[in-house]
Amino acid sequence: MVHWSAEEKQLIAGLWGRLSAEQCGAEALARLLIVYPWTQRFFDNFGNLSSPTAIVGNPKVRAHGRKVLTSFGEAIKNLDNLKGTFSKLSELHCDKLHVDPENFRLLGDILVTVLASHLGRDFSPACQFAWHKLVGVVAHALALNTP
Amino acid sequence: MVLNPNDKSNVKAVFGKIGGQAEEYGAETLERMFAAYPQTKTYFPHFDLGKGSAQVKGHGKKVAAALVEAANNIDDIAGALSKLSDLHAQKLRVDPVNFKLLGQCFLVVVASHNPSLLTPEVHASLDKFLCAVGTVLTAKYR
Repeated sequence: MVHWSAEEKQLIAGLWGRLSAEQCGAEALARLLIVYPWTQRFFDNFGNLSSPTAIVGNPKVRAHGRKVLTSFGEAIKNLDNLKGTFSKLSELHCDKLHVDPENFRLLGDILVTVLASHLGRDFSPACQFAWHKLVGVVAHALALNTP
Repeated sequence: MVLNPNDKSNVKAVFGKIGGQAEEYGAETLERMFAAYPQTKTYFPHFDLGKGSAQVKGHGKKVAAALVEAANNIDDIAGALSKLSDLHAQKLRVDPVNFKLLGQCFLVVVASHNPSLLTPEVHASLDKFLCAVGTVLTAKYR
């Protein structure tokens, strides 16, 4: 089980309170699809992904991004049981959607840059460490059902 | 991963905007890398890695200068960084995975200082550029 120090928990929860899951989620997913275009392979049914402008404005991207970040919110409330929290999502992503776990890591990296752009100096190196740890642990939990 | 004309102009614009702050960005990149990815500290046992370390600042300046040099010679990054590529292959032998970590931290620094500069398109171009630099520096490893 992952150990979270009091400081890490505080850095994570403190920042989370200042963010809009909707806005950050939409932005993170859009950037994932723009910066690493091969990730679009999982979103054939999302409609127009033909350009960065199309991706950023795509309502399905925004909606899915929001969903993704909302589940991060769940993770933050259950830091001591991420495996349990993500068990159904892991089944979905691995058994049904067949997502290479590398994609969870890519999204995690993108999310960290989005947080930095929203929080500026407040996104200290210590915050970056805590959030990088969080995205890594979430990625791991999601990948547990991978073959 | 090939840099197209848009990528090249995006990258040049970023470094043009960063200008004289490149050294500061370099130092902060390293500071963040050591904090977020502690395993990277293993390459610097001879450094004081404490906050405000002069050695980290000095090294950050070098790293930034190399990135600026690559951006200024973006049509021939391999040529511009050839000596550094030799150095990394023969002497430093930093595992290739670490260049991605450094690149990620540089992106975080740019994002936190200049959020409006790092549009999704510029983010993509800069990420490609940083990958290209990492590829050049590890090209002669084997």
